[in-house]
Amino acid sequence: MDWNLLISQLVNSIQLGLLLFLLASGLTLIFGIMDFINLSHGSFYMMGAYFCGSIVAATGSFFAGIIVGLVGVFFLGALVEWLIARRLYKENHLDHVLVTFGLILVFDALVHIIWGPSGLSIPLPDFLNGQIQLGSLVFPIYRLVIISGGLAVAGILYLLISRTRLGMLIRAGASNRDMVESLGININRLFLFVFALGAAMAGFAGMLIAPITEATIGMGNDIIIIAFVVVIVGGIGSIKGAFYVALMIGFIDTMSRSYLDDFLELLASTAAAETAAPAISAMLVYVLMAAVLAFKPTGLFPPTAGNR
Amino acid sequence: MAKPSGTRSVKVYLGMLFLLGIAPLLFQWTNQPFLLDLLSRGLIIGIAALSLNLILGYGGMISLGHVAYLGIGAYCVGIPAYYDIYDGWIHLSLAVVTCALFALITGAVSLRTKGVYFIMITMAFSQMIYFIFLSLEEYGADDGLVIYARSEFPVWINMEGAISMYYWIFGLLILTLFFIHRLVRSRFGRVIIGSKYNDLRMQSLGFNTYGYRLTCYVISAVICGLAGVLLGNFTSFISPEMMSWTRSGELIFMVIIGGTGSLFGPLFGALSFLFLEEALSLITIYWHLIFGGLLIALVLFGKGGIDAWLSKLDK
Repeated sequence: MDWNLLISQLVNSIQLGLLLFLLASGLTLIFGIMDFINLSHGSFYMMGAYFCGSIVAATGSFFAGIIVGLVGVFFLGALVEWLIARRLYKENHLDHVLVTFGLILVFDALVHIIWGPSGLSIPLPDFLNGQIQLGSLVFPIYRLVIISGGLAVAGILYLLISRTRLGMLIRAGASNRDMVESLGININRLFLFVFALGAAMAGFAGMLIAPITEATIGMGNDIIIIAFVVVIVGGIGSIKGAFYVALMIGFIDTMSRSYLDDFLELLASTAAAETAAPAISAMLVYVLMAAVLAFKPTGLFPPTAGNR
Repeated sequence: MAKPSGTRSVKVYLGMLFLLGIAPLLFQWTNQPFLLDLLSRGLIIGIAALSLNLILGYGGMISLGHVAYLGIGAYCVGIPAYYDIYDGWIHLSLAVVTCALFALITGAVSLRTKGVYFIMITMAFSQMIYFIFLSLEEYGADDGLVIYARSEFPVWINMEGAISMYYWIFGLLILTLFFIHRLVRSRFGRVIIGSKYNDLRMQSLGFNTYGYRLTCYVISAVICGLAGVLLGNFTSFISPEMMSWTRSGELIFMVIIGGTGSLFGPLFGALSFLFLEEALSLITIYWHLIFGGLLIALVLFGKGGIDAWLSKLDK
């Protein structure tokens, strides 16, 4: 067994898990609090990457790119909420699906118009580009940056939701919208903030991954589906569920891609294992979802009081 | 909900079917093979939209993964053809069995859930099929699969040539329309429509709505799979891309612009979508922008779809 490979795959799986968490936590809040299906959440992921890339190209500073990008996506999210989403919270889910699908088309086309059809690569500053040596193990520094960035946001989000007055209002809004409103809280402003916050977190995930993969049109459209799986398996509205399930799915997905063929070789011929392994590992996440829903239709961590 | 159609809109529908029936002759006479091509594709997608409308419009089951069945149907032509099996009856029965099985299994899980969960689960299952075909190197993976010859049928109903292909599509369209027309007016259809509006009430009337809805879901999947068989034959090239979830979004879009829960609406929707796509992409490469804007405007400002405008003829 190659321990170095195993550990670097573990690092990869945590990285994927945290990116998924950044996407899924916003989705699950918007789902849980406003009961709004946002298919275009992946567009914020893409816009984050493009905003950041443009600023990096203009200023040469990666951190300026992150900061300005975050602010940009936050306001973009607020704009979408203010112009479109808030009119539809009381409408049915089909309307949500249609409008946010329309938004995906619009965002993809706008990126095409502004940045052109080819991808936008984001150069990393030198001190993030190197590798770090721990014993016999070598890690790219940037992967560790992604992981610490993801963990930091998860921590801040936890403190925000559980320790601040704003977080208390968010939790209260999720369990009884009308009651919060009748206590004199401006619920529209709260929703606006939650939506923009979710957008900013998705954008942050996009910025983190873009230096590795580069920013491309439609980059959010595939990962958003896995984020939806995370939200559903974790329980809609549950940040805690989103966190655990994101890490779990990141682990399952990464590990099955690298080790499933070795495992299958124990059971079948090499050729059969090599054919079947990619197909099975592509299915695993969804099979897991189906299995969870068959036993717990509301997910693993349904948001009851104190479980959020 | 389908209102009883007045005589004037029935005339419009019948006139349209008549036009569709003679369209190949008109196109041949005016020498427009491209239009025949476009119309054939439009009708195939139209059948898929009709099948989606059966669960979405009548049953209130918002599936965001319906193109999976279109893809499965197409691969039920492509994979046997890869092994030099061209018998059309084999392709058709394979598609029916595979789609019914997959719909039965995934439907049984999905229909236990409601609302948002159902939307997301159908989407995730279709994404699963998409990734499976994407990872099957043997069948071309993301490069897709070329189908070198069309399904073989007895000579008097063969698919060779653009016009006989068209009449296959037209035939399935008529069958589908007739079938759905009869189905939604049957006792079965009443239960499906009833459970869309008040599932609990239907259950307390003694109906096992879960079973009814699952059956409806499977029927819809099989119809869509048959459309997929035609699509595979028609395009002679299939790839996982045709199953990407955004395609399901487009299919829902077609049902909505046509009008949900009306018999002909989704067909109008599919045809307008494809013609609009062709026309707009001639004008600008950014036609997605117009499409997206249209979609948003439609939801925010307009309701009912094309069929609702047509029914105004009866007022």
